[in-house]
Amino acid sequence: MPPIIELEGLGVRLGGRKILEGLKCSLSGRSIGLLGPNGAGKSTLINTLLGFYPVAAGTARVFGCDIRSEKKQIRRLAGYMPESECFIARMTAVSFVRLMAELSGLPSEAALERAHEALFYVGLGEARYRLLGTYSLGMRQLAKLAQAIAHGPRLLILDEPTNGLDPPARQRMIRLIREMRDSRDLHILLCSHLLRDVEETCEEVLILKDGHQVHYANLEEERRANRRFLELETLGGDGAFADAVERLDCECAITGSAVPAAAGTHTDRSPRRFKMVLGQEFALEDLYRLAEAHGVQIRRLNYRRDSLEDIFLKAMENSNGRS
Amino acid sequence: MAVHKRSYHSYAGELGPAWSRFLIVSRYAYENALSSRFLVAFFAICLFYPLGCALALYMNHNERLLAIFHVSSFFAVDARFFYHFQNVQGALAFILTALVGPGLVSPDLANHALPLYFCRPFSRVEYVLGKLFVLVSMLSLVTWIPGEVLFLIQSGLAGAGWMWSNLWIAASIFFGSTIEILVFSLLALALSAWIKRKTAAGAALLGVFFFGAGLGQAINTVLRTRNGSLVDITNLIASVVMPLFHQQSRITIPADRASLALLAISAFCLFLLEKKVRAYEVVRG
Repeated sequence: MPPIIELEGLGVRLGGRKILEGLKCSLSGRSIGLLGPNGAGKSTLINTLLGFYPVAAGTARVFGCDIRSEKKQIRRLAGYMPESECFIARMTAVSFVRLMAELSGLPSEAALERAHEALFYVGLGEARYRLLGTYSLGMRQLAKLAQAIAHGPRLLILDEPTNGLDPPARQRMIRLIREMRDSRDLHILLCSHLLRDVEETCEEVLILKDGHQVHYANLEEERRANRRFLELETLGGDGAFADAVERLDCECAITGSAVPAAAGTHTDRSPRRFKMVLGQEFALEDLYRLAEAHGVQIRRLNYRRDSLEDIFLKAMENSNGRS
Repeated sequence: MAVHKRSYHSYAGELGPAWSRFLIVSRYAYENALSSRFLVAFFAICLFYPLGCALALYMNHNERLLAIFHVSSFFAVDARFFYHFQNVQGALAFILTALVGPGLVSPDLANHALPLYFCRPFSRVEYVLGKLFVLVSMLSLVTWIPGEVLFLIQSGLAGAGWMWSNLWIAASIFFGSTIEILVFSLLALALSAWIKRKTAAGAALLGVFFFGAGLGQAINTVLRTRNGSLVDITNLIASVVMPLFHQQSRITIPADRASLALLAISAFCLFLLEKKVRAYEVVRG
């Protein structure tokens, strides 16, 4: 897949301070997450890609368009939902979304039609003739999303889209983002400090800290790679069982037991926990046969994978180690 | 496509022309401004005086009426007549600016809507042009357009000879009004961009003119100079416009100095707009 966003040593200085420095990567996923603690430079990166901030070093490309020289082209292809409250209080939602669609280049009639569609799509159909000033925070977030998609962008940039939303509204927002991602009609760049939001919607993640890139992860690949961990909870099982398991092309360790078993007791039925790092040749059927042979009852079996939280914390630890 | 279709799909239709996109902002601003009944009523009132003048011109050339009063004309239609017209309409244009101008940029700033404008293929220059166009077109409708219509009416009634010998008045009406319109519009936009509350921005616009006039007068009186008029925008405009109509006054300052001062004020307004009309402000330090 051709890259959506390419960062080539991108650096940004604002107010005499370095905000972003030496960002270098190529992002091509259908949905890309920008993660990082507050002040990491996520929003600055988005604003720089949109041409709001001047580039101090390097450059970046969006769909192959240089952010220094092809701002208009990039803005034509992008839809942007900012983090802060952005609306015109004295306008109805439909006028507001129509205005934004027209400014993106749509003819007046098409913009009106798309404004209605976008508002219905985000769930504001019934409230579309109300003034935006009378909307609740959740409704304003949805109106911001509607204006970002009304002109049918190829790249949808969402800056903290679930900010200030209650759990049902957050779920609705996540569902909409996933639906748009799965429609295959557009790419999504989602910036958030909420790991769950990114984990639920993104395929690729770029983690920033203090303006530096600390980790890039393809979540799908990481998930596939981490499938080789297995956590096992059993009734019974001892060192001999663990040794036998190791002969199945994996490493095995007893990580816990509720009641210590008496040495050499084969009839021990106390709960035990094993953690296994699986080799290439490992087959699950062999494990079941082994358990039966050792009289071990398997109560729970978990393929464990690193959560985004693990990846994030690891990246933060690594960056602390480096700095 | 029916509005009930609730699935996301991209837009594959045609796009509108880019050159006229600034007019979209003007159209919405017009819509917003004309939603006020008071403003529409005031706008209508602004056209009463030109209508009265047109009627007066007609009567001034009505031979039956002139015969009844045994006069060759009721009044002279010359540069003074049009300068007086310009003054009256200029005052009305200023009030119109105070009513319309503050509501142009401040609502976008109040709720941080500017990033939404500028994340599209739409520049800051186009935004300012679009907002400026609202004021320029509205003020034109009450200043030089009726002025030129009156000139044409007079030309029609007095004959081609009058028109050719007074053609410079038509140019004076246009240029005089244009100076007024640009100064009023830029000031109103700059204040609207810096003051988020519409009423406060309107009050500030009135303040700039009246406080400036007071301050200028005070400086002139205390320091026995005429340089105080450089802070009096009304005086500056009069100093530039009066010579265009071949009129003279003791209180004005030389036209070249007044023009420079007006240019400086306009440049400062543009600077203020440049600072404020942007997607995000960068705080230094």
